[in-house]
Amino acid sequence: MSSAMTERTDAIIIGAGHNGLVCAAYLARAGITVQCLESADCAGGMSAPRTIGDDYHFPGLAHVAYPIASAIRRDLRLEQFGYEPGKAIETVALDADGKHLTLGTYSVSGDGLPESDQKAYPKFREQYLTFANALRPLFDNKPPRLKDMEFADKTTLAKLGWNIRLGLGREAMYEFLRVAAINIYDVLNEAFEDDRLKGAIAVDAVMGSAMGPRTPGTVLTWLQRLQGELNGPMSVQSGGQSQLVNALTQSVEDAGATVRFNARVKRIIVENGKAIGVELSTGEILKAGLIISNADPRSTFTKLIGAPLLDAMFANRVAQIRGAGVVAKLHLALSGKPEFAGLPEPQLGSRLLIAASMQYIERAFNHSKYAEYSEHPVLDITIPSLHNNALAPEGHQVMSVNVAFVPYDLEGGWEGHKSTFANKVISQLGQYSPNLKSLVVDYELLTPRDIEEDFCAVQGHWHHGELSIHQSFMMRPLHGAAQYDTPIEKLFLCGAGSHPGGGLTGLPGRNAAKRVLKLGGV
Amino acid sequence: MNIDREHFRQALQRTPFHDRISALSTTEEWMAWNTYKVPRVVDKLSTEYFAVRSGCAVMDLTPMEKYRITGKGARQFLDRLVTRDISKLRPGRVTYIVFCNDKGKVIDDGTLFQLGEQDYRLCAQHHQLDWLLISAMGFDVHIEVETHEVAALAVQGPTSYSVLAAAGIDDLGKLKPFDIAKLRCGDIPVTVSRTGYTGDLGYELWAEPALALQLWDAIFGVQGRYDIHAMGLSALEMLRIEAGFIMPGFDFNTAESAIRNKYDRSPYEVGLGWLVNLDKDHFTGRKALLAEKSKPAGRRLTKIVVDGNKPVGEAFIFDGKNGKQIGEIKCATWSLILKANLAIADIEYIDGHLPSQLWARIDYQRELKWLSTWAECQVRSEPFYDPEHRSAIPPDRY
Repeated sequence: MSSAMTERTDAIIIGAGHNGLVCAAYLARAGITVQCLESADCAGGMSAPRTIGDDYHFPGLAHVAYPIASAIRRDLRLEQFGYEPGKAIETVALDADGKHLTLGTYSVSGDGLPESDQKAYPKFREQYLTFANALRPLFDNKPPRLKDMEFADKTTLAKLGWNIRLGLGREAMYEFLRVAAINIYDVLNEAFEDDRLKGAIAVDAVMGSAMGPRTPGTVLTWLQRLQGELNGPMSVQSGGQSQLVNALTQSVEDAGATVRFNARVKRIIVENGKAIGVELSTGEILKAGLIISNADPRSTFTKLIGAPLLDAMFANRVAQIRGAGVVAKLHLALSGKPEFAGLPEPQLGSRLLIAASMQYIERAFNHSKYAEYSEHPVLDITIPSLHNNALAPEGHQVMSVNVAFVPYDLEGGWEGHKSTFANKVISQLGQYSPNLKSLVVDYELLTPRDIEEDFCAVQGHWHHGELSIHQSFMMRPLHGAAQYDTPIEKLFLCGAGSHPGGGLTGLPGRNAAKRVLKLGGV
Repeated sequence: MNIDREHFRQALQRTPFHDRISALSTTEEWMAWNTYKVPRVVDKLSTEYFAVRSGCAVMDLTPMEKYRITGKGARQFLDRLVTRDISKLRPGRVTYIVFCNDKGKVIDDGTLFQLGEQDYRLCAQHHQLDWLLISAMGFDVHIEVETHEVAALAVQGPTSYSVLAAAGIDDLGKLKPFDIAKLRCGDIPVTVSRTGYTGDLGYELWAEPALALQLWDAIFGVQGRYDIHAMGLSALEMLRIEAGFIMPGFDFNTAESAIRNKYDRSPYEVGLGWLVNLDKDHFTGRKALLAEKSKPAGRRLTKIVVDGNKPVGEAFIFDGKNGKQIGEIKCATWSLILKANLAIADIEYIDGHLPSQLWARIDYQRELKWLSTWAECQVRSEPFYDPEHRSAIPPDRY
């Protein structure tokens, strides 16, 4: 009998992704004995490192991140464990003719950019950061229940109301209410003229979602992304000790919780409507008073529990959660630095975008709707090895590319089409970086199907479910499980599928831990 | 399913027995039941009623919703669907069931027939295919609507056993209540269950639609030796109230038809708490019903006998004469055999208890003039009418 079976465990957390770790750390600090079970051999989930061969290391799916919220940093003493927000980077919108744009927090520059756009940019950014800030109470707390409201829910809504009405002021409130549910396409066309600029901003509103710029609700997805920027500027994830997952792992261990690797949960054991433990793929059974799942909601309910143990309509609604991944990840091992025509070398460390216009993005999105990949996809590129040279052999580089849009189910299946598609993407990159193709030593392409398999996320969706309005706030991931507790007693959700959603924010993990404690812990 | 190309010319479908019933109809009082044309009254209401209580009546049941549920996971599917512990159900037996939505509110009631290993028939009051398919997710089960593929007849009344035996169905005598048997009526293969909705001795016959008229003729072939009447739905309404049977959608809103919040009803609230087993494995609505069970009873459908002979119809129920209004009558009938005003009423409990003094205010017409009177109500926990011959094995022979 292993020691894990004899020790007392109050809570089991399924998945040591960053939200699972945040949740574990909060609970452990509240005196709960926590064991985190991770199917992989290291922590981090979607932000866990990937390797090609022995020498080329990649930062996982999340290749850029915003600083983690200061409350989490403070509560979990992350600085003490080496966490520091990464170095701020800019975004470069690559142009086929070398007229690239450089986008900062409040400034934009580039050849041929109209002066009006240059002037409008800081105001526009400020306005939307203000809108994002107004929504903050919603993100920092559990989503309010509208029926049988608790006091905390009233506080959340009161803060939200205050922020929107009084915080924003009359004019801005009207503007906020006008744009909150519409699409980013209309909003950007109202604000700017330059196609490159509009394309670059629109990428952040749609990347990771099955949405094009014209899809309603893309202002909201962008505001969700801007939540991260309220904590500070974007940085490249490049592994290393300063990074979030490492600090979180130490914080978790410091608080007395344990993380067990290579422990794949096969099922959650439910008795009499109550979660009492888990069974691992090895057949080992672990019992605990609380089971908290960082797995995506569809895996949790459909695979780990199974419809027969749920009420029929709830099970049916779980099956209807929308969330087919549309982003592939291309990892390139390069024998040297790629050169981009017209891009000064210091800017190579920025985030590079290929999204010529909103029209370009919309066309790329269209293909994914018809089970095709786009021949001209939107590319979101970083070169992490420029930020941490330990990631590649000396003189070599690793390049990480988010490729949108690709379908989860490719017509005819992905089998046999992966190398064709990877080569198309490499060729497209070659149009901007002529020497790139000759530098490619090896590559890895993760389609949504691969992401599903390797990161245990149904349909390979980054956010464990679309961040659409009907799956947000008190409807995330679905009615009946939106406050982190679920219809199964003592079973909680703590992952990106829960409010406020995906991204390296730690907020679902923290909100879930608070909810667990509020409901009396074990 | 074969649909006549010209079917749209008729607003209502004809059942396989229609020609015979139509020939017997003197009233031409028809009504719609589940897209079929069925008689409200065939000839004379009281005759049809008394045929069930003292002779034999035959009623066309074909329009009743019927589902065939098969497959390796059929039993688990049904176990998760219904609130009742069905672990003792076995081939050749029928059980009465109720099923709920996630909130523990009744979607429908029905009878569940186990026809073989992994082979079931569910008869429900309302169309339930959507709910059955929603519930099927995660189970290895096949569900098919067989409403139109099975012709069904109810043969009810104290002499029904003798009538069917005389018509050529052997081996009926050993059938216990809620038994099913595959038998023959002369040459006609027929499945017979000892079930019914009348509270009397009776059988339900299930056959291929193509053989429906032969079956009808075989039964009515013994007319003369026995007094047999075709029966309509109006008589059935009187009979089922006497038997204390409720009708979803009429005596209470089903979960799928209730629009307003709190207008739906749980099994406890409609008096079917005895069909709920909270100790069995998970079923839809279990959590909600556990929560309800832990609280004081809020309301119940209650069988009452209303004093006097004024027709009750629709009336409010009060906590004491001139007291607080606490309920309403959902269905009522003047019982010809008990000579009493019977009703089923939806009554709000006070502090978890049924108020001790129930009064109905009855508004009635006398020569088109509205009058109002008060009548005290006596609560009944058992069926109003439950004769011994109903469950005799073998039944009395006439």
